[in-house]
Order: sequence, then structure tokens, then C-alpha cells
Amino acid sequence: MMKNITLGQFMPGDSVIHRLDPRCKLGLTLAYIVAIFLVQGVLGYVFSAALVILVASLAHIPLKYLARGLKPLRWIIAFTAVLNLFMTGGEEVLFTIWKIRATMDGLRNALFFSFRLIFLVLGTSVLTLTTSPIVLTDALERALSPLKVFKFPAHELAMMMTIALRFIPTLTEEAQKILNAQSARGADFESGNLFARARAMVPLLVPLFVSAFRRAGDLAMAMEARCYHGGEGRTRMRVLRYTYKDLVAVGVMALYIALVVLEGVLL
Amino acid sequence: MSIALERLTYTYMPDSPFAATAVRDVSFTVQDGDFFALIGHTGSGKTTVAMHMNALLRPVSGRVLVDGQDIFEKGVDRRDVRRRVGMVFQYPEYQLFEESVKKDVMFGPKNLGLSQEECEQRAEEALYRVGLDAAQIGERSPFELSGGQMRRVAIAGVLAMRPGTLVLDEPAAGLDPAGRRDMLNLVRALHEEGTTIVMVSHSMEDVANYATHIAVLDHGTLAMEGTPREVFAQGKRLTEIGLDVPVAVQMADALRERGYTPPQGLCRMDELQAWLLAHLERRNGAE
Repeated sequence: MMKNITLGQFMPGDSVIHRLDPRCKLGLTLAYIVAIFLVQGVLGYVFSAALVILVASLAHIPLKYLARGLKPLRWIIAFTAVLNLFMTGGEEVLFTIWKIRATMDGLRNALFFSFRLIFLVLGTSVLTLTTSPIVLTDALERALSPLKVFKFPAHELAMMMTIALRFIPTLTEEAQKILNAQSARGADFESGNLFARARAMVPLLVPLFVSAFRRAGDLAMAMEARCYHGGEGRTRMRVLRYTYKDLVAVGVMALYIALVVLEGVLL
Repeated sequence: MSIALERLTYTYMPDSPFAATAVRDVSFTVQDGDFFALIGHTGSGKTTVAMHMNALLRPVSGRVLVDGQDIFEKGVDRRDVRRRVGMVFQYPEYQLFEESVKKDVMFGPKNLGLSQEECEQRAEEALYRVGLDAAQIGERSPFELSGGQMRRVAIAGVLAMRPGTLVLDEPAAGLDPAGRRDMLNLVRALHEEGTTIVMVSHSMEDVANYATHIAVLDHGTLAMEGTPREVFAQGKRLTEIGLDVPVAVQMADALRERGYTPPQGLCRMDELQAWLLAHLERRNGAE
């Protein structure tokens, strides 16, 4: 039930995209997000689609699999589209339901914003699909470390994120196991009203919390036993280094942004 | 009650790059009154197979028949299946959640919609069957108990639903030798009281003494199936799969290599002991 979420999942691999420096990927993804908001017309989305397809094929991610990441967001996308369709003013009326008018401008906006969301999700999915969470938080720590001057706990934050991410699959698996065990005892998680369902969660949540606390205790002990004492003076096993691949990636992204901006200016 | 698997195949996360077929084309039948052992090493698919027996997983293809009825057919109440086939998971102590032992054991019967008195009575009886005294620990928090006791409480929670068949996934995992022996004796006692048992295990030694029927899984397929005698006669094949062979079988094989003739299919230590004693007596008589 929880295993069908593509969004945010990591797909191990050894492609060019996988091997890019995570800091570079993080930065480029941010640039991409900004660029998506600069897109003014159809051509911009054509460029975006081309970029996503290029990167996905370089990373050996099947497009069908990538698109599945949209599934959890289908209602948000639909909601935005409907809202835009009816709430945008305009002269050309397409059809009217009661007193609400759907206009041509509305339709244009609806499509526009839907595509914006879709490309936002697709592009950022590539980042999480090709970068392991551990590497990603590592990059985040490095990116945030200049803030240490202001006593910002970059290392601690990254460590907490790493641990949280590390335990998502473990706890998901654990939850599934407990779910199975309680189902085997005749528990019903699917029927009944909201209150009945909330109450049905107790046999799932109590063991899950007990187990999470136990794991947290074990982990703290294991870290202590290996003399973990925070970020000070800590060196890395894998030191991040930029290579020419990152330069190429920056070039490709710059080209994409240039095309998007040009389209907005010229057309 | 019988459980028949027909060409069962199951794939985890189908249609994704993570798709993994855990079980492929497995067929066997657990007869009423069997002590059925499902053996395989880690990742051989034994737990996946077991979970189909009470409808927790839906096969990608193939059928599961409980008492001749396909449990995945439309209109079959899967909760009724779960009442008839009890499932005890690996490390079941992690499923406890109630504030008292008795209440936790009553969770199953309550889900069956039984009355309060009936539930309480069943809980007390189930606790007694696993060797715990409801009067003594019934009101205590399950989280205060020792690991072994917690596991017994969890098993009682399943027994309280009075299943005709009990599926146990590695019930002795992680217990010390004494706890292990107690647990296996408990399973045997349940079997003798008339419950059909399906026990998932990776240890041949554990099942050699108790099982009436053994199925061996290897990489998701059925490698062997038969009585312990039939299975243990293929000691070499078992070793190739990566499973241990009971000490008695190893000894009998070693004796055979040195020209002795212990009976084929011997698989329990007491059988070997009896044969050795008889053999020695014959030899001494001949001298």
C-alpha cells in the first residue's frame, strides 16, 4: 500500500546523472525550478519536456516509471486546473455552469499551471531518483555550511535528515509487518467512519512507536559506541569533487534556461 | 482443514524497476492434521508463501484453496479465512499494543464480534495453553514481560481466535536454547491437541523431530516435498541448497560410508540411537 510511491524514491544506478556531484545536481534542480516558473509559452514546455526526457534517458529511468510519480499529485493538479478554468476572467466564454463561466483564458491558464506542476514534479523526481538520500543530505550540509558562521547547526540538521531518511523504509516495512499481523488477528483498517478508522490505527501505531523508540535508543547507543560527537573535526570518507561532467551539466542547464528566457522575451 | 496451493506465483512491486518475483509456480497441499514444515534459507520465499495462506497477500497467478474453496474468489469473506487459519508472524511480540496482557489477547476474538465474556474466557484459555497464568499476568502491561513471555502472549492472541490451522513463521527465532525447546514443544503440543500446523523454518534440526510433511523452497520455487524420510534421503541436495541436514542423518550417512547399514530415511536422533544399540547388541551376541 505504501510501496507504490515513486515520488522521492531513490533508484540505484551508475549512469552519468547518478555520478554527477550532488551539490551540482541540487543547484541545477533549483535552477530548473526557477526556470519552470519563467516559462511563458508552449515552446518553453517543449524545451522542458526535451530536457526531462534527455536527463531521464541518460539516467536510465523509464519515462513510464517517472510519470508514476505524478499519481499522488493527480488531485492537486486536477484541483488547480479546475480552479484556473473557472476563476480566470476573460471575454471568450467556453461554457457556463450555473453562474460560473469557463473562459478561453481560463482553459489556457488551466493547461499552463497543470504543465508547470507536472514538470516541477518530473524534474525534481529525477534528482531524488538518481541521488541517494545520504548523498543528498551530504550535499545539503555542504551547501548550508557557510551559515555555520551564524551558529546554524548545518551538520546536526543534515545528520537528523540522514537518520530520518534512513529510517523511512525501515519503519514502512515495520508498519507493513504490524499491519499484516493485526490483519491476521482480524483487525479491519479499511471500513467504518472516520472515528472507527482512527481508532483502528491504535493497534498499528502503538507497536510502531514502541519499535521506533527502541530503534532510536539502539542507534544512539551504536553511535555513542563509535565515538560520535557531532560535526566538529569530522572528516569524510567520500570527499565531494566537481568534475568536467558537472561543467557539462551546468552548460546544458544554462542552455535550457537561455532558451526559456529567450522564448519569453522574443515571443 | 486442508490448504492447497496451486501454481502460486507472487511478485513484489510489479511493473517497477524493483519488481521481484519471490515465489514462482509453487504447488503443495497441507492436509488436515499435518505438522507441515516449510523450509528454506533466507529469501527463499517461505514467508511470502505462508502469507498467502490466510489471504494477506493476493497471488499474481495461481490459487489458494482452503477446504477446497478459493479464498480469493469474489464474495469470500477474508476475515472468515483469517479466523480459520491463524497466522503467527516472525517476532510476534512486536505486535502487542494493549495496556494489559488479557486485553491484547482479546483483540482477535473481539474482532470476530464475540461477547465480552466469551472473549475473556477465550483469552484466559489461550494464555493457559501457551503456559501463562491469566490470573497472574493478565492485568500486567505486555511491555513489562520478558521477550519469551511476550512471544507467548502474542501466540495466545492468535490462538484465542481458535483457528483450525496455525501458520507459524519462525516461532523459535531469536530465543535461547531453552526458550527454543519450550517453543517447539508448545507447537508440538498444539499439534497433538488437533491443530493443523504449518511451521516456517530455516532449521532442519527443528523440524526433523516433529514434522509429518516437509516442503523445501529454494529461490522461490519448490525444490522438494514429502515426508521427512523422503526429504532427508536427499541430504546432498539439501546441502547444495544451503540447508543444514539433521545430525542424525549426517551420522547415518557417515556410518554408511564406513560400511554400516543403518536404515534408509532415518532422520531422528532417537531412531539412530535405537539402531546403534540394537546393532551393538547383535555384534556382541555374535562374538
